[in-house]
Amino acid sequence: MNEIKCECGHVNPEGTVLCEACGKPIERNQHIDGNEKSKLLNMRYEGSARRSKTRNQTVVDKIWIFFSSVKVGVWLIVLTLIASIIGTILPQEMYIPQNVEAADHYRDEYGLFGQIYYQLGFHNLYSSWWYILLIASIGVSLVICSIDRVVPLYRALKRQKPKRHSNFIRRQRLFGKTENVKQADIDQVVSRLKKKRYRISEENGHILAEKGRFSRWGPYVNHIGLIIVLIAAILRSMSFFYIEDYVWVREGETKLIPQTDGQYFIKNNDFIMDVYDENDERYAEAIKKNGEMIPSNYETKAEIYKVKGDTIPGQDPELTKVNEGEIRVNEPLTVEDISLYQASYQLNEFQSMSFKLHLSDDENESPIGEFTFDMNNPKKEYDLGNGYRVVVDDYFPEFFMEEGVPDTKSKYPKKPAFIFFVYGPDIEDYEVNFLTIGANLNPHNNNQYKISITGVDMRDVTGLTVKRDHTLPFFAVGAIIFMIGVVQGMYWYHRRVWIHPRENEVWIAAHTNKNWYGLKKDIESSLEGTDFNIPDDQQELK
Amino acid sequence: MDYVSISSNFLFASFIIYMVAIVFFAFTIRDKNKEHKQTKAGTVGIVLTIIGFISQIGYFITRWIASHHAPVSNMFEYMTFFGMMLVFAFIILYFIYKVDLLGLFILPVSVVVIGYASVFPQEISPLVPSLKSHWLYIHVTTVSLGEGILAVSFGAGLIYLIRQVDQTVRSKKTFWLEFIMYSILSVIAFVAVSTTFGAMDYSIEFQHSETETTVVYSMPAIAAPNDGVMLTEDKMSPLFKAPGWMNGAEAGRKLNSLIWSLLGGLVLYGLLRLIFRKRITAALQPRVKKSNPELLDEITYRAVTIGFPVFTLGGLIFASIWAQEAWDRFWGWDPKEVWALITWFFYAAFLHLRLSRGWHGEKSAWLAVIGFAIIMFNLVVVNLVISGLHSYAS
Repeated sequence: MNEIKCECGHVNPEGTVLCEACGKPIERNQHIDGNEKSKLLNMRYEGSARRSKTRNQTVVDKIWIFFSSVKVGVWLIVLTLIASIIGTILPQEMYIPQNVEAADHYRDEYGLFGQIYYQLGFHNLYSSWWYILLIASIGVSLVICSIDRVVPLYRALKRQKPKRHSNFIRRQRLFGKTENVKQADIDQVVSRLKKKRYRISEENGHILAEKGRFSRWGPYVNHIGLIIVLIAAILRSMSFFYIEDYVWVREGETKLIPQTDGQYFIKNNDFIMDVYDENDERYAEAIKKNGEMIPSNYETKAEIYKVKGDTIPGQDPELTKVNEGEIRVNEPLTVEDISLYQASYQLNEFQSMSFKLHLSDDENESPIGEFTFDMNNPKKEYDLGNGYRVVVDDYFPEFFMEEGVPDTKSKYPKKPAFIFFVYGPDIEDYEVNFLTIGANLNPHNNNQYKISITGVDMRDVTGLTVKRDHTLPFFAVGAIIFMIGVVQGMYWYHRRVWIHPRENEVWIAAHTNKNWYGLKKDIESSLEGTDFNIPDDQQELK
Repeated sequence: MDYVSISSNFLFASFIIYMVAIVFFAFTIRDKNKEHKQTKAGTVGIVLTIIGFISQIGYFITRWIASHHAPVSNMFEYMTFFGMMLVFAFIILYFIYKVDLLGLFILPVSVVVIGYASVFPQEISPLVPSLKSHWLYIHVTTVSLGEGILAVSFGAGLIYLIRQVDQTVRSKKTFWLEFIMYSILSVIAFVAVSTTFGAMDYSIEFQHSETETTVVYSMPAIAAPNDGVMLTEDKMSPLFKAPGWMNGAEAGRKLNSLIWSLLGGLVLYGLLRLIFRKRITAALQPRVKKSNPELLDEITYRAVTIGFPVFTLGGLIFASIWAQEAWDRFWGWDPKEVWALITWFFYAAFLHLRLSRGWHGEKSAWLAVIGFAIIMFNLVVVNLVISGLHSYAS
């Protein structure tokens, strides 16, 4: 490698723009940071030699150059930003009603635009390969940008010397000359800077006052945090780290918790939905305006059981209670590494229905026989005694009519309907009864016997999300490191003041990575009452 | 007096005090003193601002007591709080940089925001289960403080642009500067129109046949709902119907409000143009000439560096923690979440662009303006138009 020896004696790596030790601009490399056209030196990364600026032979070099560019990084951010905006124009597929085909929904609701949106895959934009590719590219850019700069920057800051080249001093943004300065004034300025917590180092009367260097590492620290977050997002796709499932549990029911290898069961003792009292003065007006009840609490009183010992197939496992408590919105219940969240509910689902058989023309409807249909344990046939029996020909848990034919929307007993065949000693063949709540539709109307509903048992169902998420700690660590990094980089400033004695004058120059106003105030108050002229701000914005 | 009325009195007081403070900050322009020198008018202005801020804290506390939860749970409460955080951010940056002009530009924005908040229903509403969490106020307060600080960069950027953009010729830049002014005037017009017709108890009902609901307009109808039949008689009948692609019962009402604000904004803008006989920003330019562009640029950048970490903490990190508890996922690509991410991306891009020399000054100022537009879009349009879990509108 071609090393560059500076006139101060320091040997710099190839591609150095400003000598690491004395800051002298190395003539042949000034184009790298665009210094040749400008009076002021570009101070970012201290003019250190970055890999991306020195090597461009191999494919690896080219890729490195591409991703290490801040310009490319900003473009990636902007493209991701625009893509993200597009994804919010119409609702994503996960937020549209679940009972319709996505293609139909986008066409029917949003017309041609919706159709195009759907065809382009924007209805699942955030999980599309190209969106993930954009995010991944940002991740690569973060890593390469950081590595490209942090090492040379570290070297340059470590090797800087208090004695700087006059060319470096003169081309700083804050720069001033003063003739005939007394040593006492210099001493006073130094002691004032020291009081402001600047670290002072000296070399042959050349003084460097520096503070807040650690702020320079902020960007790299926060990038590490972001990379950890991105890694956590990748881990999420592995089932060891992340599992999501759903379980519906009826009141009184004990159900296996999915994704626990058959080890855990949950019992729903009670599901509660509370609403705000409309007579409560505080919220009365808002509730009235809302027009309907406002829920205040969704809660499942749950017991968690663990299987004891080995289970024998075909036999009910022996269970021991391991946890008990309420699952509320915002208050999940956790068993080992599984968390249960209150996610949904269904009020008043049918648990069982009781019926009686009586003579059609009996006004008192005195029962000949009675039976109860249990939705959890439906039987094909019910024996009513005395030779009467009822056969369940068909059962529709959530009944609706489709083109004159009864059918069910789901397997959940929300609106049950039945077709019963009644057999009896005095019935030739059988009689058909078609029953649903509020209706008994007999296809023949000449039935001798009739079935009537005598009672219903209802219960609530709770819907719980089951989650195992081992990625959360990674996200947390990433987020914390990111926050430390941004605060470090943005709330502290790297400030340096150089005092540069010449034959019969003293030069002062200063540099900071941000907050020039604060630096100027530091300098002004340090120079106050001395012979020093306040340095000029050589940068003028147009 | 009960807490609710005490709290509205506090809010009203701070609203008035901020306006008086603006007048004092306006006096600082006439001062012949050189830049940086603190003026008497400026001191009075900042003292008044602080008094107004304390009064608004009074509003916040009493309303909290009255409602039994932090008053950041609906559009009125949230926008009011955002206005308050904007004032707070201004106070912080004022004490760092002592720029009186900043008050003249930030406080009006704050007043407009609070005025806009007052258009929304103000009664105390109960919290639905998913909002019942300490994270409600941890998340919301941090995020709006962050947005308030970021908005200060808009104020500084706007002054920079008014000062620097060449007003002798018409250009794209002068057009967009005027557009910013027009947008602010439109919001003022919206507040004025809503308040006026609200005071008159104006209302027209439409029957929306598709959804079988009744839509109530509280302003005269220029645009009727797409499928609407007017039920109220003796009122001005609408000039046209909302276009067919505007689905939903409320779309027509929202379109109507938008038309009123844009027309009202046009009237206000026209009046100001008549008074000044030149572009509004051209009329303002000589009054901000005294300011130091270097310093304004620095404030623009500094506000972003201070606000960005706060915004990240509140808008992304605290938000994720809460979402994890309430909805069992910390990130769900809900429109509001996505727009928080967009805001974050935008300011991240801003901060990276500042590394290159060419992006200081005017370009930075334009970016600060766009950033504020994104924040306001997230607060207003995403809440009211793009529905999602955060939607306060439904």
